[in-house]
Amino acid sequence: MSREGVPPLPTKRPAMAFEDAARLSLGDTQLRFNMGKATTTIRGKRTKVVDEMPDWEALREAGRAIKDRTLRHLDKYLIQLEESVARVGGKVHWAADAEDANRIVAGLVKSHGAREVVKIKSLTTDEIGLNEALAREGIAAYETDLAELIIQLADERSSHILVPAIHKSRAEIRELFRRTLEGTEGLSDDPKALAAAARTHLRKKFLTVPVAISGVNFGVAETGTVCIVESEGNGRMCLTLPKVLISVMGVEKLIPTWRDLEVYLQLLPRSSTAERMNPYTSFWTGLAPPGDGPDEFHLVLLDDGRTKVLADRIGRQALQCIRCSACLNVCPVYQRTGGHAYNSVYPGPIGAILTPQLVGVENAGSLPYASSLCGYCYEVCPVKINIPEVLLHLRGQVVRKKQESFLGRLSPENVSMQGLAKVFSTPRRYAAMQKLGRLGQKLVVKNGVIDRLPGSLGGWTAVRDVYPVAQQTFREWWAERERTVKPKLPPREETRP
Amino acid sequence: MHVSLFITCFNDTLFPGTGKAMVALLERLGHTVAFPMGQTCCGQMHYNSGYQREALPMVRHFVEVFRDAEVVVSPSASCVSMVQEVYARVAEEFGDETLRREVAALAPRVFELSMFLVNELGVEDVGAYFPHRVTFHTTCHSMRMLHIGDAPQRLLRKVRGIDLVELPKADECCGFGGTFAVKNADTSIAMLSDKIRCVLDTRAEYCASADNSCLMHIGGGLHRQRTGVNPIHLAEILACTEEGMPAVGVAAATAAAERNS
Repeated sequence: MSREGVPPLPTKRPAMAFEDAARLSLGDTQLRFNMGKATTTIRGKRTKVVDEMPDWEALREAGRAIKDRTLRHLDKYLIQLEESVARVGGKVHWAADAEDANRIVAGLVKSHGAREVVKIKSLTTDEIGLNEALAREGIAAYETDLAELIIQLADERSSHILVPAIHKSRAEIRELFRRTLEGTEGLSDDPKALAAAARTHLRKKFLTVPVAISGVNFGVAETGTVCIVESEGNGRMCLTLPKVLISVMGVEKLIPTWRDLEVYLQLLPRSSTAERMNPYTSFWTGLAPPGDGPDEFHLVLLDDGRTKVLADRIGRQALQCIRCSACLNVCPVYQRTGGHAYNSVYPGPIGAILTPQLVGVENAGSLPYASSLCGYCYEVCPVKINIPEVLLHLRGQVVRKKQESFLGRLSPENVSMQGLAKVFSTPRRYAAMQKLGRLGQKLVVKNGVIDRLPGSLGGWTAVRDVYPVAQQTFREWWAERERTVKPKLPPREETRP
Repeated sequence: MHVSLFITCFNDTLFPGTGKAMVALLERLGHTVAFPMGQTCCGQMHYNSGYQREALPMVRHFVEVFRDAEVVVSPSASCVSMVQEVYARVAEEFGDETLRREVAALAPRVFELSMFLVNELGVEDVGAYFPHRVTFHTTCHSMRMLHIGDAPQRLLRKVRGIDLVELPKADECCGFGGTFAVKNADTSIAMLSDKIRCVLDTRAEYCASADNSCLMHIGGGLHRQRTGVNPIHLAEILACTEEGMPAVGVAAATAAAERNS
């Protein structure tokens, strides 16, 4: 089963390869049905609301350009952000890696004598494994986003950036709530009833827990403002009710000015939930007057491999991502395997280019290959990340890494690729190989097709027949035609069975 | 016009009928065609699998073979997009300034067949006759890298006798993706089975495309399932006329379909 088979995250060591994890997911028919239905629905809605915008392409270009410029001057803008946050009464903490960030957050929670925190759904805190780190310090973290709560109660991993429980049906959620939440014996699987049950559970937490932890959608260098967008309003409860607010922000979430928000607040909702505007958009600029919000605000700035990604001219595009998940919803691979197959908090096409860069290609070398390169992700990306380009760039790194070792050089793939490269570089060798193939295939051709191939090519013939090398290749036919008088019409020739 | 054909290694070896159809079609339209015998492979398989250093000699070889061509026309949207989109990147990656200049000069003269006919020659009616029910699979590379738009459909609509039916979910990948189909065989199969269902829903006799690589994948599945639907390259349909079919791939495919049924 796919869900139990998912290894824990995040990982800096080789996880299960995508193709193996995908095989597990593909066998789960319920998952495939849920995924197919959900992604098709969101995709259709997105197209509709995007088509309404006459300046969509200009917005995309602006979104890309702002992020690009910010990343090129990241040092400058980060220092500006630190100064701005301090000016409005907040405190900035710098975290080089996950361990650093977790220690800082746990320290802040403990300094208030707290044993519980409420959380706003955040991929960044998932990436650093914050909940687990807090648990080790004896601190309980309660997720307040409905889908994230479902994932937490089920002790699972999210399978979608925006809709973490996309792979779960209503019936499954009802069973989960009955098992884990008090007073839900008679619960129905009506979405309203399910949401009400979660609300009852969460309300108690909002009113009693003293510390809230959030991620950050956009951090504005100019004003020190933190922006959080969400659909349910539970995040806003976290921002306003607890005494202490700690926001963990990946350094790439920075934007220079307040005005830049205009671009992203149009791009993000249409791309992610296919809404014209976000239901809840909260801005947090330092401290509010006493009694009107948290008494303390901490901003943890997280690197965790991001500056390393920044050093790669092609790969750095991945840092422009605003986590809208449009690429997931259109990806034909993601649609069928679900998010768990990617073994990453960042699944789908963006995960396939971000994760290998964050944890190293040697630890996630199968991810750049988890794509048929159909290019749909690039077409919908609101900030124009050329995902196929980065995938190919990373594939190159995977191959180079493999070729560094003796065993890697001996791998069947490397040997055959090197051989083919030699064959293709001279026409004489190439024509000889065609003849050789025609002779060799005599053993496997049956009724004009090949229905079984050996070794790693067996996957192909599991469901597909293969067309054999033609009795006369095009170049042989052409040579013959050049020799003889050019016929008016080419001779009849069987090319397909 | 003097057209140099880039038939691609794949079509040369496995689907020579497509190349012959192109020859028949272009000569019928009054052009002279040449097939530079030195051509081999565009290097896409190597490049896309991560063997980018290994692809470099193939890129150089392609440029050498076609350097002096007036126009290069190919029956593969995927290989043409390799030349148009990726060659410049390869030259830049390996810091080869001469190659970069040559690619910049050559790439704009390399065309996919349907774009060449519609955009360059301004021809839509090529005088073809094909009395069959046909659905058209727009490949991802032709759609999202080459942006061929509706060029193939415009050509097909002018074919006499044809019954052209739209393929449902036409913008979805068939799951071939080169080595993807081997490396991620199970996912590729899942994508293929959905594509085949869409093809069968059209009740078409032929599934056409501007690229034989996707057709090898879809056709291989259609054949294994004994659906009786035949894959066919756009060039082969356009090569057919009322007075005696040049047939090449098409007649053969029909004969095979009858044999299989």
